[in-house]
Amino acid sequence: MGVFDPVIELGRGLGETLRSFFFEKTVTYQYPEQKRTVSPRFRGRHVLKRYDNGLEKCIGCSLCAAACPADAIFVESSENTDEKRFSPGQRFASTYEINMLRCIYCGFCEDACPTEAIVLGDNYELSFTDRRQAIYTKDSLLEPVKTAEMLTPRKVEAGVYTRSVPEMQNPTD
Amino acid sequence: MTKQVTVSINGISVTVPDGTLVADAAKMAGIDIPVFCHHPKLEPAGMCRMCLVEIGRPMLDRATGQVVMENGQPKIQFMPKLETACTNRVSEGMVVMTTSDKAVDGQKGTVEFLLTSHPLDCPVCDKGGECPLQNLTMAFGPGQSRFIYDEKLHFEKQVPLGELIWLDRERCIQCARCIRFQDEVAGEAVLGFDERGRSTQIISLSEPGFDSVFSGNTTDICPVGALTTADFRFGARPWELKAEASICTQCPVGCNTTLNTRREAKSAGDIVVKRVMPRQNEEVNEIWLCDKGRFAYHYTESKKRLTRPLVRKDDKLARASWDAATKLAAENFVKYKKDFVILASGRLANEDLFNLKSLADHAGGTAIMYSDMGGGDITALVGVGQGTNIGKMGKGDAILVVASDLYQESPIWWLRVKQAADRGATLIVANPRETKLDKFAKFVIRYAYGDEVKTINDLSKKSKIADEFAKAKNAIVFFGNDGLGLNGSSGLASACAALLKETDHIGKPNNGLVGVWQRVNDQGAWEVGFQPEPDLEKALKGKAVYIVGADPVGDDPALAKALKGAKFVAVQDILETATTEIADVVFPAQAYTEREGTFTSGERRVQRFYAAVPVKGDAKPDFAITSQVAKQMGVILEGSSVSVVFDILANSLDAFTDISYEKLAEVHGQWPIVGRGDLYYGGTTYENTQGLGVQLAPAAQSGKTVSIPKFRKEAALRPKEKELMAVPVNKLYDRGVTVNPAQLLEGRIGEATVTLHPSAAKNLGVAEGARVKISFEGVNAEVIVKLDDTISAGVALVPRSMGIAIHEPVAARVLSLVEGKVK
Repeated sequence: MGVFDPVIELGRGLGETLRSFFFEKTVTYQYPEQKRTVSPRFRGRHVLKRYDNGLEKCIGCSLCAAACPADAIFVESSENTDEKRFSPGQRFASTYEINMLRCIYCGFCEDACPTEAIVLGDNYELSFTDRRQAIYTKDSLLEPVKTAEMLTPRKVEAGVYTRSVPEMQNPTD
Repeated sequence: MTKQVTVSINGISVTVPDGTLVADAAKMAGIDIPVFCHHPKLEPAGMCRMCLVEIGRPMLDRATGQVVMENGQPKIQFMPKLETACTNRVSEGMVVMTTSDKAVDGQKGTVEFLLTSHPLDCPVCDKGGECPLQNLTMAFGPGQSRFIYDEKLHFEKQVPLGELIWLDRERCIQCARCIRFQDEVAGEAVLGFDERGRSTQIISLSEPGFDSVFSGNTTDICPVGALTTADFRFGARPWELKAEASICTQCPVGCNTTLNTRREAKSAGDIVVKRVMPRQNEEVNEIWLCDKGRFAYHYTESKKRLTRPLVRKDDKLARASWDAATKLAAENFVKYKKDFVILASGRLANEDLFNLKSLADHAGGTAIMYSDMGGGDITALVGVGQGTNIGKMGKGDAILVVASDLYQESPIWWLRVKQAADRGATLIVANPRETKLDKFAKFVIRYAYGDEVKTINDLSKKSKIADEFAKAKNAIVFFGNDGLGLNGSSGLASACAALLKETDHIGKPNNGLVGVWQRVNDQGAWEVGFQPEPDLEKALKGKAVYIVGADPVGDDPALAKALKGAKFVAVQDILETATTEIADVVFPAQAYTEREGTFTSGERRVQRFYAAVPVKGDAKPDFAITSQVAKQMGVILEGSSVSVVFDILANSLDAFTDISYEKLAEVHGQWPIVGRGDLYYGGTTYENTQGLGVQLAPAAQSGKTVSIPKFRKEAALRPKEKELMAVPVNKLYDRGVTVNPAQLLEGRIGEATVTLHPSAAKNLGVAEGARVKISFEGVNAEVIVKLDDTISAGVALVPRSMGIAIHEPVAARVLSLVEGKVK
């Protein structure tokens, strides 16, 4: 090994740094000011979806809770009326809780859901200062609505929303 | 014994009684043939076609009638098409193939067909998770359908069939199990099919809708989610529920139940009972449960539950510690030692009653049972023998029901007695008015109120009815207190016992006397030595009273007056009642859902119940409270372990010898198979894994000589002119503290009524539904008139526990009310 070898190695290294500084895109994100976009299949914090008209998709069937390997979900259902309607059909989730400390973000709840109500979203920023805060209730999980009229529960025309599970159609393909 | 035949099912050789259905024979061999309409408790119908199998029978030579042999084996001839296993009965040499390609193909086709109009809304269906259609579709279905989704037939979603049961017509697969149950088992054809073909639907034929006290059972045997209960509507998913064995506390039948519990946010995070399901015990309730047992459990979770001991301070009840409360009670009981009275009811468990009786014995007190019915000492002598099973009674046997409306008092006994009559048993119904059992009776004896004893005594004279009763292989007598008070029912019990003894129907299984008691454990109270008191008012006046599990103040104004004059009143109950309001000390007791214990049924079967939900507040089990009070009085009673109390009880009472908690928890295999794995077959009734109980042997069976106590006959009641004889009758859904909190039953409870003969009503100038005033012995009440032309004109029937204090027949005046004023 020659006596100048370390100097050459150092120069190479610095050259690499300079090259990437001038000619490459930076990969560092200035989190939290700058947030990274996640892949479409990313499994982050859950969201309870709504139909376009604002009614909740969740019908309180508890299948997500049954599928959950971590027993993180608790659902309790009650009966809908046209005067106070939360979701289409007869049944809605009167209590919906996910314990985020238990959740392993496997996405089984998404798979089990017959109405595509629960979806693992792109929010990965979960932090708590208390165990109780880790239990997300229905209020915090539900998707926000665009207008106040779309809030649930709300009074709807009688006899329109009679089916819990969306009408099934013959596959077209 | 019936002839046994050997058949081959899927190559397994099975020997079963001749005439067994192929589906049942396969079940016995552990082979599952899928069924929907078939139910082992119902007659075959062959409606759903799910059980299609290949059946072959040995070929017979037409000329000789001999079996044709081929290679030394009988030649089997298979039918060209599939046959239903639920309608074909086994015959010698039959070969059944349930998994052949042809059979599997047939079953797949049936599932596909049954699902043509099924809405597949399993996520919102209360049956989802314990649904035979779901399970069998997964196990036997084709996996996909050739039918067009858009052509599914749609009905309006769930509609109430009555207040208790909801119907979803889309989910119905027209198996007719519910209709057949109501026709064949319950004998009340209140359901039927309407329309035809694809539009076939179940309808209620009665007014009010689904008017049967057995309606809940149809939801158990419904193989789909078409029938569900209003009580459990969207309550929870079945897989989320925990199950614990219990005993129904509503009547003396002692039906085995399972309590399904779950922690609930709606109930502030408490673990609560979500539903009551029947638990199989073929010797008690088979797989059935009446609606009262199924829906009236809500009282244990009533807002009026007592949770803390209370002590009266400055004329108000204030919270106190257990020590202070028990000490105060004990001090007063010791102070008024000569006047110490314990008043307890049959709502308590055996262990509670035993401790109370021990306390009374050791502290020199009197133990009084809170009841309007006597004769429990006699049922201990000549009660039904060990090994009794009404379900096995039939041709050649006799059942006599006297002074009892079993349908209103103990529906499951009614059901089983009715079925025994269907099987050919001679049913004799003796009652002063028409009851629902009359229709199934071979003989109906109609007597006047007051002639009960005479009617029974006449059965020892020579007559057609008497002969048939005397000659019966086995005979059971059910006696009640419908139209009778304490004295009358005691006399009746004695007369019935004498009749049974005379005709040699005592001391054997399926023979003896059964009391149709007012409460679940009245028989147990008699066993440990409690006795009712004819003049309760006198017995309570000026005494230091310890009232346990009873509400005398709420039931009777006369008793309320007597208790106001008492020296000291301690009340121990699970609910706030009118009696706790006047008490000096109140002890909160645990409900039967929160603790362990045993009850003794009317058939004298001792059965265990288990703790299903956590204790409310500071409540303690009754036996422990009694032990704590006793300790402060210087009497040592076991108070920590309920099984130890039972052991002491078993050691000190002859009838309970050799019985322990372990023995009561023993089970053996039962037929039909019900429960989790076999939902499609027997329904959602729970399998019994926690104990079938032990029937006590009556004195007559233990080889003791039995002498039946005689009762002095009281002079018959003679109402004066313008007076009617008011007689107490029993009603299933009443205002009792254990029924009233169930809101679902509110409509069925209704208002207090008085039933009059049309001519008596005419004399009063009132029509059906009119309001009248009834007054007798300090009671003044407004009631609604009902008419019944099967009773005599001189009587007025007043239901018990409907807010009118009636214990025994009394002379009463009935006045018509017009706009609230006396006419």
